[in-house]
Amino acid sequence: MNPPQAQALAMQETVIAPPRPWQALELRELWAHRELVYFLTKRELQVRYKQSIFGVSWAVMQPLAFAGIFAVIFGAILHYKPPGGLPYLVFAVASIVPWLFVSQAIQNGSSSLVQDANLIAKVYFPRLALPLSKGLSLLIDLAIALVLVILITLLYSVTIASTVWLVPAFLLLGVVTAFALATLFSAINVKYRDVQLVVPMLVQIMFFASPVLYSGTTVGDQAGRAWHYIYSLNPLASVLDGMRWALFNSPYPGTINIAISVASALVLLVGALIYFRRAENYFADHV
Amino acid sequence: MSSSAAIEVKGLGKRFDIGAESGGYELLTERITERLRTLGRRAKTQEFWALQDVDFEVKQGETFGVIGHNGAGKSTLLKILSRITPPTTGEARLRGRVGALLEVGTGFHPELTGRENVFLNGAILNMGRAEIQRRFDEIVEFADIGPFIDTPVKRYSSGMQLRLAFSVAAHLEPEILIVDEVLSVGDVGFQQKCLDRMQGASREGRTTVFISHNLSSVRNLCDRALLLSQGKVNAIGNVSDVIDGYIGEVERDLPRSLRERENRDGTGELRFVDVRLERDGQVIDSPTTGEDCDIVLSYEADREKPFQRVNFGITIFALVEGSTPLLNLSSETAGAVFRDIPPHGEARCRLHNCPLPAGQYFMSIWAELAGVMLDGVHRAFEMTVSGGDFYGSGRQPHPDHRTVLVPHEWSVTEASRPDLDGPPADAGYRAKTSA
Repeated sequence: MNPPQAQALAMQETVIAPPRPWQALELRELWAHRELVYFLTKRELQVRYKQSIFGVSWAVMQPLAFAGIFAVIFGAILHYKPPGGLPYLVFAVASIVPWLFVSQAIQNGSSSLVQDANLIAKVYFPRLALPLSKGLSLLIDLAIALVLVILITLLYSVTIASTVWLVPAFLLLGVVTAFALATLFSAINVKYRDVQLVVPMLVQIMFFASPVLYSGTTVGDQAGRAWHYIYSLNPLASVLDGMRWALFNSPYPGTINIAISVASALVLLVGALIYFRRAENYFADHV
Repeated sequence: MSSSAAIEVKGLGKRFDIGAESGGYELLTERITERLRTLGRRAKTQEFWALQDVDFEVKQGETFGVIGHNGAGKSTLLKILSRITPPTTGEARLRGRVGALLEVGTGFHPELTGRENVFLNGAILNMGRAEIQRRFDEIVEFADIGPFIDTPVKRYSSGMQLRLAFSVAAHLEPEILIVDEVLSVGDVGFQQKCLDRMQGASREGRTTVFISHNLSSVRNLCDRALLLSQGKVNAIGNVSDVIDGYIGEVERDLPRSLRERENRDGTGELRFVDVRLERDGQVIDSPTTGEDCDIVLSYEADREKPFQRVNFGITIFALVEGSTPLLNLSSETAGAVFRDIPPHGEARCRLHNCPLPAGQYFMSIWAELAGVMLDGVHRAFEMTVSGGDFYGSGRQPHPDHRTVLVPHEWSVTEASRPDLDGPPADAGYRAKTSA
């Protein structure tokens, strides 16, 4: 170690004091622990792929299986016609891939703190690293599954719209929503363990409240636009409809609706982070 | 405030609310019904200070011990200093990069290989990736696991897992190291290797806070020590003084002479006057785990004729922690029937392969006749058992698992699978009926 570095380390002072009710998010602290986040994410991936016989292909198998089932039920049996004459399988896989990411991020993320209770009880690190690394590991799955979406689209010779560059923006909205809910539930879960039982139910409800199997752009067509605005309070409405618009030029969800979804996701995120930050200090006392 | 202090603690306190908001988790549904029931009234909470008004300083380069009974606040202090839980009052300042070690192998995952776990565990202990990379070979060599580094840890023996975990921890090089009782696991040889490394650490100018109830390792490792009692600082200073004070606190109400002891039970027809330990006819100070030891109880009585059918007994407790007996020895239960015993004599109890692990103990002794207590002395004698190799396996039990040792064997066999072999009982039945 060279002298200036040694000096810098010697200067480092940690002050431990009772927490104030309102604390900064301390993203710098999280950044300082980025290698931990990296290794926790890597652990997630390694363990997930080592334990599954399909390995990495699991990331593709799962959405493919779901899309296939839905294509049979809704496309072949119920004859649901997605707007714009899109083949149902293409329509379904494009929404199931982001949906699976969101639902798994919420479910895995909400148990992340309890699962690693031993780490919380024995080591100091910014606790946000745990739900964050769960989410990041699922992003890898999402990236792999997106390739599947492209492949199926090409297979059905559906033209990819010129707005395709907007897809990441809609995905980001989905990531923010999933991360906010995962963070919030993970923190509540440390103190109230029965919340873990409610989360799968909430995810189920979200599934039907989000335009996964159907197009949400027709919501409120008969009852009035106000219903579509309310519907858009669920950020996933804009994520899924927006993604299909950007990919296949399906009906546009509406700028006001997207704005409502973005605002709703941001409120969720800020609320979740405030709660997490306040609860974080006492996680070790509860696990 | 001296500038050379690496750690400064002032007025540190930690309060837990017992009652409505007990530590640990609860159920949201329960909480809501509780709120509804106590609507308008304030839920009763009881306060408990696990730590209160704790002040101390640790100089740079010093090895500082923290001792105390279970529940004295040692682990709360450790968790506050390592930032796992915040204090309720006061503050602590730590100057330098802090590494805390409350457990070896935190975050080890059985599915991952040794190599993967080294990096993960290193990151958890806040070692940089570059730093682990640089020391990787050293870590593997220290752990002595050789070619198994790329095997999933679930296939390791527990000893190998422990050595690897400890090896990562031993290569942690912060300026301030906070360690819990982690040295006391593993085989004896490896323990020594780790202790040597730790002592090397203090020579390099590293500040170490060592929290333990293993008094002998605190005495060996530390310069100064702090004694916590019921969450408060009881004593602080030179390590020997503090430890002696602590032992004094434990012993306070123990008069040395058994003969003069007033506080005893029984009719007094027979009185114990001395207890001593022997091995092969030689008086010894401390028995060794796994080796034979005689406990000799000398007694007297104010009479000339012999006693009939006396039952002698010894109950052994752990010195510091103990209120639950660890071992109960009774002559009658052991099948020794004393028909005529002299009024002045010695009752000798031979303990084969002393089953007590290393540590400090006290014993209570008693003698009864037909269910009537003749003499009973609580805390009649104290002894320190030195560690030995009870199982001949080269290993000693973890000090957290302070129970008596019994000879036993382990084996694993494959379960018979009825669909392949057919149930043997059934076969036997058929054989009988056909005969």
